[in-house]
Amino acid sequence: MAVFGKTDQRSQKLFAYGRRFFRWLTTPHVFLSLIMLVIMFYMVIIPLYRMIMTTITVQDIDLRVIKDAEVGDLTPYHWVRMLFGQIAKIMTYEPLVHSLTISLGATALALTIGGLMAWLVVRTDIPGREVIHTLATIPYIMPSWTIAMAWTVMFKNRTSGGTPGILEFITGAPTPDWLAYGPIPIIVSSGLHYYTFFFLFVSAALLSIDSSLEEAGELAGAGRWVIMRKITFPLVLPAIASGFIMTFSKTMGTFGGPNVLGVPVRYYTLSTMLRSNTGIGNYGDAFVLAIVLIMFAMVTIMLNQKMVGTRKSYETIGGRGFMAQKTKLRNWKGFMIVLVIIFQFIIAVLPLVLLIWSTLMLRTGNYSPSNLTLAHWIGQSDLSINNGEPGVLLNPKIYKGAWNSIRLSLWTAFFTALLGVILGYSIVKGRGTRLSKIVEQLAFIPYVIPGIAFGAVYISMFTKPFGPIPPLYGTFALLVVVSVAKHIPYSARSGVSAMLQVGKELEEAAAIAGATPWQRFKRIIFPLTSTGFVSGFLMTFITTMRELSLIILLVTPSTQVLASMTMRYIENGNEQQANAVIIILIFLVLLGNFIISRFRGGSLKKGLGM
Amino acid sequence: MATPIIIRNLTKKFGNVVAVNNVSLTIEPGAFLTLLGPSGCGKTTLLRCISGLEDPDDGEIVIGEKLVYSRAKGISLPPGQRDLGLVFQNYALWPHMTVYKNITFALEIQKLSKEDMDKRVKESLAEVQMEGYEDRYPREMSGGQQQRIALARMLAYRPKVFLMDEPLSNLDARLRMDMRTELKRLHHISGATTVYVTHDQIEAMTMSTNIAIMKEGVIQQNDTPDKVYHYPANLFVADFIGNPKINLMEGWVSGPGSVDLGKFNVPVRTYNKTGDVVVGIRPEDITVSTTPIDHGVEFQAYSVLPSGADTTIIARKGETELTVKEIGVSKIQMDQKIWLTFNSDAINLYDKETGNLING
Ligand SMILES: Nc1ncnc2c1ncn2[C@@H]1O[C@H](COP(=O)(O)OP(=O)(O)O)[C@@H](O)[C@H]1O
Ligand SMILES: [Mg+2]
Repeated sequence: MAVFGKTDQRSQKLFAYGRRFFRWLTTPHVFLSLIMLVIMFYMVIIPLYRMIMTTITVQDIDLRVIKDAEVGDLTPYHWVRMLFGQIAKIMTYEPLVHSLTISLGATALALTIGGLMAWLVVRTDIPGREVIHTLATIPYIMPSWTIAMAWTVMFKNRTSGGTPGILEFITGAPTPDWLAYGPIPIIVSSGLHYYTFFFLFVSAALLSIDSSLEEAGELAGAGRWVIMRKITFPLVLPAIASGFIMTFSKTMGTFGGPNVLGVPVRYYTLSTMLRSNTGIGNYGDAFVLAIVLIMFAMVTIMLNQKMVGTRKSYETIGGRGFMAQKTKLRNWKGFMIVLVIIFQFIIAVLPLVLLIWSTLMLRTGNYSPSNLTLAHWIGQSDLSINNGEPGVLLNPKIYKGAWNSIRLSLWTAFFTALLGVILGYSIVKGRGTRLSKIVEQLAFIPYVIPGIAFGAVYISMFTKPFGPIPPLYGTFALLVVVSVAKHIPYSARSGVSAMLQVGKELEEAAAIAGATPWQRFKRIIFPLTSTGFVSGFLMTFITTMRELSLIILLVTPSTQVLASMTMRYIENGNEQQANAVIIILIFLVLLGNFIISRFRGGSLKKGLGM
Repeated sequence: MATPIIIRNLTKKFGNVVAVNNVSLTIEPGAFLTLLGPSGCGKTTLLRCISGLEDPDDGEIVIGEKLVYSRAKGISLPPGQRDLGLVFQNYALWPHMTVYKNITFALEIQKLSKEDMDKRVKESLAEVQMEGYEDRYPREMSGGQQQRIALARMLAYRPKVFLMDEPLSNLDARLRMDMRTELKRLHHISGATTVYVTHDQIEAMTMSTNIAIMKEGVIQQNDTPDKVYHYPANLFVADFIGNPKINLMEGWVSGPGSVDLGKFNVPVRTYNKTGDVVVGIRPEDITVSTTPIDHGVEFQAYSVLPSGADTTIIARKGETELTVKEIGVSKIQMDQKIWLTFNSDAINLYDKETGNLING
């Protein structure tokens, strides 16, 4: 009897344990967190693992070189060859140095311009603040290599570009090589594009500084410069760090600019080198480069966060503080506003003018009025121009590409918004639990992987079937998967901030009233967060429309999008068509922006946290 | 009809913090029980455990006939199945819904007909005197009005138990007074078992049938307001309840019916215990005389603080300081000599070691 009672007790305990476990598992945020973990595991961790494995195993292409080996055997071959072999210098080290040069240079330039402009707009009495702010969002709607393309129109020279650019035409003298191609043009064109991160982050930070902090310094007798250095600067440092991380990791993995301005003079970066290796199916070597790229991006980001001393520095600073005293510009007012407007014109308007102009020239480099034509837009196929490609508006390939761009962006925006809701909910509701922390950290990983390397990760993942997933290589779905995966950090962040705005009591009140989790979501959480998600949707739509680095390694002729088509046209020497495609792309982004922002008051500005 | 609540050995931890520590509490049907204590003592956590918004780590909770939580049995009903309503500190009205929608949300879930819902909305708005506000949005109302709507939202679906977490703390002093009156009437009329959380002892004293005083997750005393005030179970409760504060003095029992406080003795009920004690006497249980009287102990009026209805006198004798309360406006001047006598029936003795009340 006693023994019987004991087992009975034990089974009761087990039963209670089972029920508790079941209840834990069916708690909405736990359940959703677990689903998110599985999804992120498939989308991030496993691909990374597979990529690393590829670099340390024998690939088909290696069989010619490695004797007596079978595909899949472990081998140090790729690493030794890429890091210590004869080709290491050309294949790895030079591109690495170039990549670092470009990202550091562009980041420094962007920081200088963005920081100065933020200071001008927030802390001086410069007029036209609204206009400056609005113009500053324009780089967000332009592909990052737009300025690079316009650069070639302006500065290319006969030596390496075949035909003269506008500058050469005006001056009559050949444009020097350093100005036409290579590091300086790449740095300047990307710095001018990315300044806007710094501008937005730093101006938000400056706005949120309580002026009494500075006044306290002033009362203590500190001079203006000391206050700037000791009080203001440390307070905006986290914002600068956010801008740094963002710009650095973007420029590190950027493909467009270096491809347009570097490759023609054999100035390779890790991204362009990676592309030329995957282009010939040399995945073992290519992935070594991708890993090097990831390592460098990660190390820099970690160092940066350590120096700033805040792990969350990638979060933009929000909140509106008190209005600080504004520096009076006095006589400089007119000069400054003109300077800012000219600058923004150069960044936002001039490139478009140059690009449009170039599309109207029948032959590049010929600047006489008789050379003007609409042939590149609406001309019939003519073998003497553009290798027989018809004008872009008559070209079915362009329509296919535009359609691909749009549906890729819509699907990505949809899934990203969906993941954002789920991630935001599971992270915020689970705050303080280990599960929530793991989800949050896992969601951050894609942020530190440069775009082109992230694309590379996916080559290895989906060339063969994996688990329940069929081989996706070459499919449109793969582009959606990679774009959604790369957006996970952003969707998590916007999801969390949207969810934090809904006080937890609002959902709890509904739970007390007897609402099921689904009813709570549908009637309370969703209506209260939808504005944020429309803005998030819009942001994702826009960034995906103009995304290139991420997908360049994964597109195939049938899945070409507009962004990748510009590269193909450039590489084939069809400059005018490439530029026309960029114009179409920007037009579509603006159109999408207009349509989406009609819904529920979402806006680009809100999406940017302005 | 009303519902009892029984809590057995309830524990809730957040990491290393034990917010609720092995609490056992029986709440009689129809009681108005107030959880009272300083900020951070675990009142909210205990309330949330009852509501089901928080999952305890151990123990059992029974509401009416229902076992709503039991760790041993692995049971924890979701909040919606516990037949209770909760009023939040910040009201938690849904900002995107009108008053009407806020109130009918729960009714829709209960699948009431449109007519019934209209009727319930009317009734509950009448109960909180907010008739005609159906179409307002929360942001279009003042804090006090939102508070009433939050109450109406709870009343409308007729839960068996009312839970309230510092519902008045965001209101200004006058509104708070009005709402106390209303809440007490509401409880009187509905007769629903109510658990009310506050850190304001006046609120607790004026409205409750029972007060449970908490400190660091442990219930120190659960009694009627009268008992809590006149027979605080330990020094913490004695010190926490009452304004101005109770006088606590260390002394030793020197003989039957007398405690030696060093400079003077006070008369007490006869205790059979001797040794070190702490004497607790409320300011209003000390009488002041301006002339020497029998058993009077000479003090000096250190400060005199009239407040209209009564006057607080801080009396000193050497190191010893006592707070005395006189009804009305006192004629005593500062620095004047005064003679204090102590109401021996009102004096409580506490064990110096444990701090617990010594029962005579
Ligand atoms: N969600 C939570 N996570 C961690 N600690 C908490 C949480 N909620 C409450 N606590 C801690 O539990 C203790 C009791 O809190 P609470 O019940 O809110 O106190 P009260 O309502 O009496 O002010 C406090 O120390 C508080 O810091
Ligand atoms: Mg509380």
